[in-house]
Amino acid sequence: MAELRPPVGTGPLAKREARLAWGLLFPTLAAVAMVVILPLLAIFWISFKPVELGDLRAPEVVLREDIRGDAAAVGDIPTIRYRLRNSSQEQPITGVTMSDIIPEGLVVLELDERCVQSGRALDCDLGDWAPGTRETLTIPVEVEKAYLDNGLRPQDSPATTTGTSSNVLTNSTFTLDNFARIFNGDEFMEVLWVTLFYTVFGTIGALLVGLFAALLLNKSFKGQGILRGLYLFPYVAPVIAVAFAWLILFDPFSGSANALLIQMGVTQQAINFFGERPLALIMVTVFEIWRYFPLSFLFILARMQSIDGDMYEAADMDGASPFQQFWYLSVPQLLGILSVLFLLRFIWTFNKFDDIFLLTGGNAGTRTLTVNVYEQAFAISNIGAGAAVAVVIFGCLLTFSIFFLKYISQEEGL
Amino acid sequence: MIRRGYLTGPVLGALWMVVLSVTVAVCMSFATGDPFRPGILLSLAWGALAGGAMVFAGGVKLVQIGIAVLVAVLGLAGIGPMLSGSDAGLAARLFGAVALAAAFAMSLAPILDEVVPGVLTRHEFEGAVIRFLTGFGYIFFTAIVLIPFYVMVMTSLKNQSELMQNPLDFSVDVGRGAELFRSYNELFTQFNFGTYLLNSFFISVLTVFITLVFAIPGAYAIARLRFRGQAAFSRSILLIYMVPMIVLALPIYIAFSMTGLRNSFWGIVMIYPVTTIPVALYMLQGYFRGLPGEVEEAGLMDGLSRLAVIWKITLPLSLPALASVSLYVFMIAWNEFLLAFMLLDDPAKFTLTRGIAALNSSEIPRQHLMAGSVIATVPIMALFLGLERFMTKGLTAGSVKG
Repeated sequence: MAELRPPVGTGPLAKREARLAWGLLFPTLAAVAMVVILPLLAIFWISFKPVELGDLRAPEVVLREDIRGDAAAVGDIPTIRYRLRNSSQEQPITGVTMSDIIPEGLVVLELDERCVQSGRALDCDLGDWAPGTRETLTIPVEVEKAYLDNGLRPQDSPATTTGTSSNVLTNSTFTLDNFARIFNGDEFMEVLWVTLFYTVFGTIGALLVGLFAALLLNKSFKGQGILRGLYLFPYVAPVIAVAFAWLILFDPFSGSANALLIQMGVTQQAINFFGERPLALIMVTVFEIWRYFPLSFLFILARMQSIDGDMYEAADMDGASPFQQFWYLSVPQLLGILSVLFLLRFIWTFNKFDDIFLLTGGNAGTRTLTVNVYEQAFAISNIGAGAAVAVVIFGCLLTFSIFFLKYISQEEGL
Repeated sequence: MIRRGYLTGPVLGALWMVVLSVTVAVCMSFATGDPFRPGILLSLAWGALAGGAMVFAGGVKLVQIGIAVLVAVLGLAGIGPMLSGSDAGLAARLFGAVALAAAFAMSLAPILDEVVPGVLTRHEFEGAVIRFLTGFGYIFFTAIVLIPFYVMVMTSLKNQSELMQNPLDFSVDVGRGAELFRSYNELFTQFNFGTYLLNSFFISVLTVFITLVFAIPGAYAIARLRFRGQAAFSRSILLIYMVPMIVLALPIYIAFSMTGLRNSFWGIVMIYPVTTIPVALYMLQGYFRGLPGEVEEAGLMDGLSRLAVIWKITLPLSLPALASVSLYVFMIAWNEFLLAFMLLDDPAKFTLTRGIAALNSSEIPRQHLMAGSVIATVPIMALFLGLERFMTKGLTAGSVKG
């Protein structure tokens, strides 16, 4: 009889299970790789490339063809004209060729030396083009009867062109200009400061307001469900709807908030809430708090409701006042969820783009790093610089995440 | 020092009066458009007097009624806690003064319930402060949540010139009947909002469907199956959903421009689920972990394959979680703005959020913008209120994406 021994290594069952697991995960992994990993690599690549928005379309040969002069009777001598140009002002095109079919009944009288004619086909080799090159080929032809009879015009057979151009996205030109540009000057410091202000105050504010709301609703009474639902509204509504509602509410000319403040005598003149430094930054931070307090409220409330009530009864018996109970019993119990929420919200507020973009478009001193990506890439049309900002953001996030993973492993729950 | 009834009462009374007079003034202004404003100093004075009276009277009903009558009369005489401009209608002034007086007298008594004129214990004092803060909190939160939505709905029902004339006048003339909904009518007939609504709906539903198809097997594998790298996986899901959308949107824009997927319905349907899969995966694996493993093992013993176990045992057990996840994913897809804004240019293919963004121009009146916002908000709100229980659960189940 063989010696009995516990199995060593992975058995066939475990292997099968692992295979199944990878099979089940594969679609997700593939999708995530396609849309997260690849773009991230692309961002790194692009950030070292001098790419502008216009470069996304590769340079090409643009061609117009027409016939000039009379071609109404036999013996007329019109000219076929080809006008060609390089669509790009910066990129050369090499090996440009053009080919066309000359309609029947047109006899070529004189041929450009770069072109050859074989039968009805015309082939021209136009060589290498510098950026912005323009060329005009004119071919005088004589009209014969067949041309007038079959009614085919030179434009009816579209001429084809070829040419190779190097695409700036795939060639081997690299530059550090993008980084030099975004780190340059006071602008970057201001963007960083605005991001920090927005993130820190937005996060802390949303947490504190959420805590207050959770304290209010942490007792059962009639209508608690309704109020809980109501307090979630800002988070559930589409951001674009609430952002525009805020803009209209705080409009400097016809906004109700201004009318109200003037009427109450708080201010004499209308305040341009979203157009003045530093008020605009404060307003977008307030908007962030308003929109995301429901989230922290929900989590804190869920945690509060799982705290054992006996503890409070015991504290009551021992004479602890309500504030003491809150400070010495509730706060320590909530510390875990509060710190997890703080870390998560911090990162997500840092990532936030839509809110500021819709409220101010990054004007009036509210340009955060994320808005700067859009600003560089689309407003200034410098995709490379936008990508460089994105790389900076990613670097910050990586730092946060390492810290976060270290920390969150100690916190159960989330 | 402050913990003496004869001080606590007046201080809380004064502050409470300020809170209420501001509230009532704002409510009356928004409701009628007439100029109402709180007199802060008068509020403090009358509130302090009332608070003092309440403490010394010790909750006698008569005092309460007396305070109410006095505040109402003062208000009408023009020296009350809330002042109104001369052009405010008499009915509105009367209503405002009486409402403020009644609200104040009725709510002050419970706030100052245990407060006696002499020295207070910590319990009594803090109880009163907490009741004051609670009252303030309810008013504050309800106001900040409701006012933007109120402005949104009311603006959509008015026309530009009315709004410019008096930005506070939100009263609508019900007599105009269907004319009230003119901007909605125009949005649906001239601005294609019917199509946008359908587009948004189909995209959201498809997103939910595709997300679930990907996330259920993945979540099950992470939650139940043992393989090397399992722990690293459940970690990295969270990491992935911390990558900001704007960072990804740029290369996606470039890739879509080059492949011609920009401006297409299917491009959006391809990209939305990928943004929601990590969230769904994370929520679902948390739920699957909580399910009793014995039931599944029993199924395996009886000869079901793993896939059959998932289909016949795990999924039926996790229907509530699936509902939460679906709702949440639907909400994300419905509200998504950035990708739709960057990737869609053709008005025939807009989603609702993109359609609203297109309304934001100086040539299109504001009530259209707000009507569009209402159209986008109402369906998701209705869905949310109807299924609030699932939503709340789903949100706390491990998703904090904002």
